[in-house]
Amino acid sequence: MSIESIVWLVPLPPLLAFFLIVLFTNRHKALSHSIAVGAALLSWLGSMVIFFRAIRTEHLGSNPFASVLNWLPTGDSWFQIGIRIDPLSAATLFFVAWTVLMIFIYSVGYHNFGQPLGDHDKPGLQPHGATIADKHGHTHVVPSIEPMYSRFFAFIGLFAFGMYTLVVSDNLLTLFVGWEIMGLCSYLLIGFWYQKPSARAAMIKAFLTTRVGDVFMLLGIAYLYSAIGSLSYSEIFKPETLQKLVSTPAIGGILGLSAAGMIGILLFIGTVGKSAQWPLHVWLPDAMEGPTPVSAMIHAATMVSAGVYMVIRMFPLLQAGSEGGHLTPAMSLMTVIGAFTAIFAATIALAQNDIKRVLAYSTISQLGYMIAALGIGAYVAAAFHLITHAFFKALLFLGSGSVIHGVEHGVLHTGEHVDPQDMFNMGGLRKKMPVTFWTFLIGGFALSGFPLVTAGFWSKDEILADAFGNGHWVVFITLALAALLTAFYTMRQITLTFLGEPRTESAQHAQETTWTMTLPLVVLAIFAVAIGWAGISESFPVIGGLLPNFVHEFIGGTLAELPETLPFNIWPLIVSLVVALGGLTMGWLVYRNQKTGAEDPLKIALGPVHTVLKNKYYFDEIYNRLLVRPAYWLADNFTNQILDRGIIDGVLHFIARVASNVGHIFRNYFDKPVVNGFGDFVGEGIKKIGRGLKFIQTGKVQQYLLMALVLAFGAMFYFVFTFVQH
Amino acid sequence: MIPLSWYLILAAILFCVGLYGVLVRKNAIAILMGIELMLNSININLIAFWRYRSSDGIAGQAFAIIVFAVAAAEVAVGLALIISIYRRRSSVVADDMNMLKW
Amino acid sequence: MTAEQLIFIIVAAVTLVAGISVVTSRNLIHSALWLILTLFGVAIFYVLLDAGFFAVIQVIIYIGAIAILFIFAAMLTRRVMQDTGPQTNPNWWLGGLIALLLFAGIVFILINWQGFSSLAPKLTNPSGRIIQLGLALVSPDQYVLPFELASVLLVAGMIGAIFVAGEKKQ
Repeated sequence: MSIESIVWLVPLPPLLAFFLIVLFTNRHKALSHSIAVGAALLSWLGSMVIFFRAIRTEHLGSNPFASVLNWLPTGDSWFQIGIRIDPLSAATLFFVAWTVLMIFIYSVGYHNFGQPLGDHDKPGLQPHGATIADKHGHTHVVPSIEPMYSRFFAFIGLFAFGMYTLVVSDNLLTLFVGWEIMGLCSYLLIGFWYQKPSARAAMIKAFLTTRVGDVFMLLGIAYLYSAIGSLSYSEIFKPETLQKLVSTPAIGGILGLSAAGMIGILLFIGTVGKSAQWPLHVWLPDAMEGPTPVSAMIHAATMVSAGVYMVIRMFPLLQAGSEGGHLTPAMSLMTVIGAFTAIFAATIALAQNDIKRVLAYSTISQLGYMIAALGIGAYVAAAFHLITHAFFKALLFLGSGSVIHGVEHGVLHTGEHVDPQDMFNMGGLRKKMPVTFWTFLIGGFALSGFPLVTAGFWSKDEILADAFGNGHWVVFITLALAALLTAFYTMRQITLTFLGEPRTESAQHAQETTWTMTLPLVVLAIFAVAIGWAGISESFPVIGGLLPNFVHEFIGGTLAELPETLPFNIWPLIVSLVVALGGLTMGWLVYRNQKTGAEDPLKIALGPVHTVLKNKYYFDEIYNRLLVRPAYWLADNFTNQILDRGIIDGVLHFIARVASNVGHIFRNYFDKPVVNGFGDFVGEGIKKIGRGLKFIQTGKVQQYLLMALVLAFGAMFYFVFTFVQH
Repeated sequence: MIPLSWYLILAAILFCVGLYGVLVRKNAIAILMGIELMLNSININLIAFWRYRSSDGIAGQAFAIIVFAVAAAEVAVGLALIISIYRRRSSVVADDMNMLKW
Repeated sequence: MTAEQLIFIIVAAVTLVAGISVVTSRNLIHSALWLILTLFGVAIFYVLLDAGFFAVIQVIIYIGAIAILFIFAAMLTRRVMQDTGPQTNPNWWLGGLIALLLFAGIVFILINWQGFSSLAPKLTNPSGRIIQLGLALVSPDQYVLPFELASVLLVAGMIGAIFVAGEKKQ
């Protein structure tokens, strides 16, 4: 089987799993998860084959694995869709395959496969435990299996299909298809427990917020298609095409942008929505309402990565028209928004108590990093950070899910009514859940950029080095500050959760989770450590030349010309070491003695600022007042009352009345007098003739005979006379 | 030698007399008598034609035999009907049997 | 005028007068008796036509059975029937007119027929005619079917008459 066929087939197993589960195996939990995990395994296998073939292919960037087919007839030619594996998509496929597979395996344990059905569990609500009795009659409550188990696997199967489609596609249209499928699946999965009002609100918020971005992206795609008549990457990135787009001014000449700039900005707005950058970041924290594997999938492995992947992919277009490192308008916008979001989200994360919310804001912040990196032109650094972030963020989310499970076990055991997700109810879990602790620690260190042994260090350092080396001081300082805050809140999270003493009974009775949950953690932890070593810059002191800078060579090969490596500078390295280690230490110091029920020290230190941070700068409230409520008001009053009921219904009622009146006229003036009248006339006429003629029937036989003979003679005379006359 | 015409005229007169009886008499039995006259005239016709036109064959005679049988059966049934009606309605006047009027 | 013709005219006159009396007589029994005379006349005509067998049949069946039947019926239905008053219904003029027209029509047709005044041919087999008739009535290739049907008709008539005229059992 040729490599192109494998690429075509890679997205299909999860889609097949979706259909099989939805149509056939919904009731069989084991069969459903086997189908789903099997499908993820198949796609993983295909992706690994492709990746290992790809890294052994010379000049993959200029000769990607490509295959097209004619899809829509458009006039004389065909609109073609196809697959394209160049170094960027090969690397993306690598991490997507691994994280998706790990998340699928994790979900089996997360949804408590093998546990009994809950006492009061209904589809649409989180499982709340089943009471079982042991042989002595002692009852205790254990975690119960998720009622909608198979449905979950069906949805994440569809989700995986969307992501794979997006990664392997060679044109913006199928990328957008994958994009939208993931948008749909995020809607379905965030609101997985749909009986919860907060989940319902969150699912709508996620979908509509990303929708705003998607509309602009679609406008960008449409503009691009109308400008050059094709959406496939090979067409778009030809130098002549880029030149043409740069030289034509944008429609309307807004802000003196060229067509390339306008398209780039429109496409970037799609990423702002999908990758939760300011100002469209509001959906991502609320998306924590979904089950934790979903959070891992959406916010680490796939969906938000898709946003960044798309802008990395479109980098030649975004960069078109810049000479000698000068930033185009699109790139400047990306830099500003990316850097701002990075620090903005990091500040909010400081004040969150929910273990998953911290990670959510951390994701937003890290995505800001990637976008800022791309904005200043650090193509390879952005891609590298995308890959490492996927691994350690997935690890952290799955780890948090494991923690929550452990604490929930304690909640069910003790019957305490505490929120199992609040970090202030945890503590000392390192003794109770060792595997989770060590893997979470590795992930957290990777996130903070702990030097040398974690992947995050290498990718983050490269971004800082690029910012410093190209003279973008503001960006450099902003990102460095954000890194400091990142390290601080990460250590805060680890300390509160795992170190110290348990602060509640539930934390006291927590226990380690099953192997289906801890195995993926271990695998991802390995990657979180090792993958960074594939991207060590050549000029790094001491260990620089030991391994080739595989990431730079391979992924950089995607671009038309290999980006230059900057010479090594000690300052960004020192800054990143200081912020990472400093932040970690501070976090540990502040929170190591946190007692039960004690106030958060940060709250005491920051006072009212803390409240603002905790309430996320009140952006949700602002949007609600400014946008959501007016939209509802408009929908209800204008669209519903005036447009729908007034105009449309009014027209319909009018037509109905007219039809009714016309019907009446027809009935009373035509149907009754003419048609009925004619019928009645005929009927009555015949009756009258009958009444007139009935006197013939006298009942007297002789008269009948006489009549017959008279008439016979009459006829005979008539005939005789007519013939006699001849 | 009697020409055929005499027999035929005789039969015709007898037939018309019988017809007059059928059309005009009140009593149902008298109507049946008129019918008998007509049947007899027919028989005369048949035998006359047989004798004068095809005396070698036997068709005329056979037909006449059949007419005899039919006449007998008809009279029997007719009179039985009249007696039955008489028993029910105590009248044999034809004009009184007009229940099938409109 | 031969003897035959004379006999014919006398018998014809008697028959016709009797026939007319049948339909004009006021008394029903008188009508029946006049009918018997008419039937006798017709029997004599059969003799004149060399169909003696038929004359015998006529006397036996018509006069001996049918006419007697008429008399019985007249007797059985006598009580209410008053033999007074005209025995004709109100449309007698139309009936007479029709009968006359019919006669005129028949005569008109017959006159124009060329065989009208033909004379009787010689009989070929004078003595074998009854045998011939008998054979004709029972031969499968001659008239056995009408014969059988006539017999069925007679049976049906007999049963019907008995049933219709019989006293209904209470």
